[in-house]
Amino acid sequence: MIKPSNIEIDREKGNFHYPTSSYAFDAGIGLSAEVIKYISEVKNEENWVLDHRLKALSIFEKKPMPTHWASKDLENIDFDVIRYYLAQGQQPSRTWDEVPDDIKETFERLGIPEQERKFLAGVEAQFDSEAAYSRMKEDLEKEGVIFVGPTEGLKDHPEIFRKWFGKVIPSSDNKFSALNSAVFSGGSFIYVPPGVKLAQPLQAYFRINAENFGQFERTLIIADEGSEITYMEGCTAPKFETSTLHSAVVELVALKGSKIQYITVQNWSNNVYNLVTKRAIAEENAEVRWIDCNIGSKLTMKYPGVVLKGRKSRGEVLSIALANDGQHQDTGAKMIHSASETSSNVIAKSISIGNGRSSYRGLVQIPGHLKNCKNNTECDALLINSESQTDTYPAIAVKGDDNSVQHEASVSKVSAEQIFYMQQRGLSEAEAMSMYVNGFVNDLIREFPMEYSVELKRLIDLEMEGSVG
Amino acid sequence: MNSIEIKNLNVKIEDQSILKDLCLTIPKGEVHAIMGPNGSGKSTLSKVLAGHPDYEVISGSAKMDETELLGLEPDEISREGLFLAFQYPVEVPGVSIANFIRAALQARLPKGDSIKAVDYYKKLYSKMESLGIDKTFTSRSMNEGFSGGEKKRCEILQMSMLEPKYCILDETDSGLDIDALRVVSEGVNSMKNSGRGILVITHYQRLLEYIVPDKVHVMWDGKIVRTGDKNLAIELEKNGYDWIKNEAVVA
Repeated sequence: MIKPSNIEIDREKGNFHYPTSSYAFDAGIGLSAEVIKYISEVKNEENWVLDHRLKALSIFEKKPMPTHWASKDLENIDFDVIRYYLAQGQQPSRTWDEVPDDIKETFERLGIPEQERKFLAGVEAQFDSEAAYSRMKEDLEKEGVIFVGPTEGLKDHPEIFRKWFGKVIPSSDNKFSALNSAVFSGGSFIYVPPGVKLAQPLQAYFRINAENFGQFERTLIIADEGSEITYMEGCTAPKFETSTLHSAVVELVALKGSKIQYITVQNWSNNVYNLVTKRAIAEENAEVRWIDCNIGSKLTMKYPGVVLKGRKSRGEVLSIALANDGQHQDTGAKMIHSASETSSNVIAKSISIGNGRSSYRGLVQIPGHLKNCKNNTECDALLINSESQTDTYPAIAVKGDDNSVQHEASVSKVSAEQIFYMQQRGLSEAEAMSMYVNGFVNDLIREFPMEYSVELKRLIDLEMEGSVG
Repeated sequence: MNSIEIKNLNVKIEDQSILKDLCLTIPKGEVHAIMGPNGSGKSTLSKVLAGHPDYEVISGSAKMDETELLGLEPDEISREGLFLAFQYPVEVPGVSIANFIRAALQARLPKGDSIKAVDYYKKLYSKMESLGIDKTFTSRSMNEGFSGGEKKRCEILQMSMLEPKYCILDETDSGLDIDALRVVSEGVNSMKNSGRGILVITHYQRLLEYIVPDKVHVMWDGKIVRTGDKNLAIELEKNGYDWIKNEAVVA
């Protein structure tokens, strides 16, 4: 059999940080109403936003940890030692030259301006709590596309964003959406006007640079009628001695006939708690597609969902999770059908390496009064080592004779004979593993934009290095 | 010393002796066949030479040209130039034939060098044509859903692309119809003609009508008990293995 792993992951690009001591704004350690008032004041927010935050704080304080169904590991998060807001006092720079040198160097090492030059329509880069760099191509601005942070979005365009802010995911949705609603900072607020189809993706990078820090970005994307947008986010953090918390809320609103594609490739270091709530509303004939790649982190809990609210709307989640030694990827999808003729598709693939554990949690709801709704769910797990773990918790509530649901699940293991076969052709054991894993996710990766499939393949290769001992 | 030279090879698996003082030399440019009943150790020999981790080598040596194979990793042995065509080729889901062979070729290049896509596909398509494999095959996943004949053709395709110095064919003829057998044999013969050493493991004399061996060895109970020319194979086909067994026991 394949020997247990002895993992030493070289996170290459992401693992460096600068001892940035010059934070102009620091909300201090721990969470309280004072901290929230401080954040709100620094951001010069209107009163309703502060009220919203404070209300969310009290919800957060009242809600228990969801350990009755989720991992006990959540209890290891110490909310009292986390810093909730850190910023260098920067306004998002419009040109690369204006970005402070140390931040610029960080993002240059991550290849961000390079990415922008290559193919992006707009890019935002967030360093700890605030955006350090934000730019969108001028022609999009002329067409009325808005791509800003939440502070600016709520202040300058309340008529657009206030209506939907916190409506797809209310503060009370879960403990971590409440936390985010209390302390959110940074993220992307995007509006695409009716009929505008973005040929190129908008992109954001999230970077945690400070130890004991919590990053709580907030994203709200509204695609107006008949519009189309692809949004991509990338996340990294250096390795720290102590755990770091990333807890985002992402709300998508796909109005009639629009299309939103939301792509995430996260590569967190292995002590980040990544607890993210992502949900979309799809109105009539709209289409929402989540592509979610979860690599790294200590514990990820993330179940992108689509509420299929309008007739003929479509929802899709394509996800890849890779749990390495000491990591738990608890991911899945939620499809809430609330109109007839809606369809949803979930394809989830997970890979567990060493003693890594991946869990799939799926929720599919089709009430009996709806007609002609369809769901297809496939979840495939691949176990690399003998102590690797996987588990599946599908919750399917489908009623009514006119609705159909299909659920397939598989668990496979790499066999010693398969590795021997590939080695006999000249591939090293690690190369063989890597190739096997890439083959396992291949049909999903084909759905991704080219740039991301290349990046993902590279990340998988990195993870597989040293996964065989 | 252009040969595979196996000397006094003793191999165990789970405390059971499989190969017992086995000696065999396969020079470059020759085809040798090993025949023998089930359980005589033929497949074990091929796997041990290829570095399979399940077998325990007790003593002996197996040199390929100047390189001792025993103790090397399977991929090192492959890159040294030994190719094993599997009796039961394994599936690698989601990995296309084209990508797989390309990765195998890439593994043979020094770090930093890469294969030119145009040259690669040109070569791949010409080899496929000569093996009677349809072009659309390249995008299919390795051995997934292949018929027995397709799997064996795919093995020969890999062999001719990787250009090894020595080839072992482990029961490549099993499950092949006559057309596939001819195609596979042509592939092997062209390898032989370009000066490679070939070891064919088979139960049946049929394959040896197409790939004419320079020598035929009979294996029984973990060792070579008799060596002859191609007529030995015909004799075995006619009379079975019992007379060999009897001889071996008497000896």
